[in-house]
Amino acid sequence: MVGLRFDLRDTPPEAPALRAELRAFLAEAGRHWSPRVRAYSWMAFDRDFSREVGKRGWIGMTWPATYGGGERSFLERYVTLEEMLAVGAPVGAHWIGDRQSGPLILRLGTEEQRREFIPRIVSGELAFAIGLSEPDSGSDLASLRTRAEKVPGGYRLNGRKVWTTNAHKCDFAITLLRTSPAPDPKLKHQGLTQLLVDLRASGIEIRPILDLAGEEGFNEITFDNVFVPDSLLIGTEGKGWEQATSELAFERSGPERYLSSLPLLTAAMDSLVEEPAAPEAIGRMLARASTLRQMSLSVAGMLQDGEAPAREAALVKDVGNDFEQALPDRIRALYSGPMPEDVAAMQTTMNMVARSYSLRGGTREILRGIIARQLGLR
Amino acid sequence: MGEMRDILLEQVERLLADQSGPETLRAVEAGVWPAALWAEVEALGLPLAMAPEEAGGVALGWDDAVAVWVALGRAGAPVPLAESMAAAAFAAAPGFLALAQPDGTALWGRAAAQVLAGDGRLHRAAFTPGKAQPSNEPWDRAALPGGEATLLAGALVNAAKMAGGLEAVLALSVDYANVRKQFGKPIGQFQAVSQQLSQAAGEVAAAGVAVANAGRAVARRGLAGAAFEIAAAKVITGEAVALVAAVAHQVHAAIGFTQDYHLHFTTRRLWAWRDAFGNERHWAQRIGHAALARGGAQAWPDLAAREDA
Repeated sequence: MVGLRFDLRDTPPEAPALRAELRAFLAEAGRHWSPRVRAYSWMAFDRDFSREVGKRGWIGMTWPATYGGGERSFLERYVTLEEMLAVGAPVGAHWIGDRQSGPLILRLGTEEQRREFIPRIVSGELAFAIGLSEPDSGSDLASLRTRAEKVPGGYRLNGRKVWTTNAHKCDFAITLLRTSPAPDPKLKHQGLTQLLVDLRASGIEIRPILDLAGEEGFNEITFDNVFVPDSLLIGTEGKGWEQATSELAFERSGPERYLSSLPLLTAAMDSLVEEPAAPEAIGRMLARASTLRQMSLSVAGMLQDGEAPAREAALVKDVGNDFEQALPDRIRALYSGPMPEDVAAMQTTMNMVARSYSLRGGTREILRGIIARQLGLR
Repeated sequence: MGEMRDILLEQVERLLADQSGPETLRAVEAGVWPAALWAEVEALGLPLAMAPEEAGGVALGWDDAVAVWVALGRAGAPVPLAESMAAAAFAAAPGFLALAQPDGTALWGRAAAQVLAGDGRLHRAAFTPGKAQPSNEPWDRAALPGGEATLLAGALVNAAKMAGGLEAVLALSVDYANVRKQFGKPIGQFQAVSQQLSQAAGEVAAAGVAVANAGRAVARRGLAGAAFEIAAAKVITGEAVALVAAVAHQVHAAIGFTQDYHLHFTTRRLWAWRDAFGNERHWAQRIGHAALARGGAQAWPDLAAREDA
């Protein structure tokens, strides 16, 4: 279809054994997760849980053994992610490191950076955030203004980042900063640089921001003359935009782009048996979940083959976000009376959290703009 | 397998491009059997392709057949080849084989040498002519044994045709949005238009994946073993039709609301095909009842296990 390809992929041969291992672990670990924790899914932050996940080799599964990685396939990693998300595991403390920061450091980092950071991401010890948005720069990210000025031995940072998920609980943030002014407003993608910022460095103030559902999920970071040594530059100064956007297929295609609300569906089903509208509605939701899973697996397969399916990933995220975002309201609409208490606890929280699904990682409007370009419009 | 699919697809696509178009579709709606086109597909051995070699076929798999049916759907399915291929997968016989719904209705029943009925057997039957709504395709009725033997195959055939028709409607709409100018520029450059087409593209992609997934499942586990995937494909393609047809007509505006311009041939067929062999509600309820009986705790493991080795 118009240059977009979604060839079917198989789950890897290791999948059944891996699933059995994961389910046994998750059943035990999940005994005390509240409906609210499950409703936050991959934004729920639990370092103890992440360390346990790391201990079992489920972080950095595809990375080289030299740095502690598992050297397993992308599709085995995919199976691990989908099993975690399907039960609403609080994977937030290692999610970003595993998905983006680790791969970025492996690809563009120095040998020293790899040796310092990768093993500690793999063990679940280090939590990463991504510092992108600013008060005046959201979808128009390249207009960002937080400065990193070159000084002897490093950079001096001044400015602000906002909406950085869980940064106040994390150790490091891979941050996109302006190291030189854009030569021209049309060339604003130039002069941007990625730095690894130690969130405990002097001059950093992080103010948590209460989200819609009442959690301190994100925050505002203020940089006041923060010094970052040259050794924490990622890749090449001035190439930050290309570096940051080259990871988008990884960021946008994963199962977290359609599965965020699935735990509500499975939790609600047993109390919907007598509801006349339930079979049809649940059938429609499962049909879509199954289809989105095949689309998402297809993109994972392309990543496995070393391709960069950024446009396919944008499309899967857009269709997936629509599904996962609508799900809490669709479940609610099936009850002719009040929802059971545990279902209500998850549904009401998730319905609020779901507003973020079509915002985080690229808004619906930005994604549809990418798809439109692929279609040959604009 | 891949090579055979490519060869067949190329043959079918070339044939449809050369010998089919709005005039063929208009004639079909007037009840004129597309004899020349049917002779061509028979000459290529397509109707019997899914039959075993000893019955004159090439044992074409359901996954490859689905790809051919998607190509047919892209052209508005001017000949009932998909139905005849699926019927021959049950019981091979010469000539056009119609595929009946459980109620005894069948596309082009009047032109069939034989019809595969709900009992899973071929019959010779006298059909009373009728028309499908709103496609006006010949949709004829006969007194036939009931049963659901053809239901899964017919649902897959129609889902595949829809996946193709949806692609065609999207492509037509994108082309139109790039050509039609208002306020001094192509309307596709307005976000109010392009965002609708992007959303439609998501539905078209989902429909294609759902149908390919169902074809693969049948190839691996047979029709009964792929009931979930077929049901999902019929639900997803039917849902896609609602949105994609709406966007296509909105983008085309008045010209798309006429019979002068050819968008209507495909959108009217899509609206008919989503009702054939069980609509979205029918198939969604089947999935839902089965899942509710299994229980919520089993829903994810069942879904995840579908294609695990």
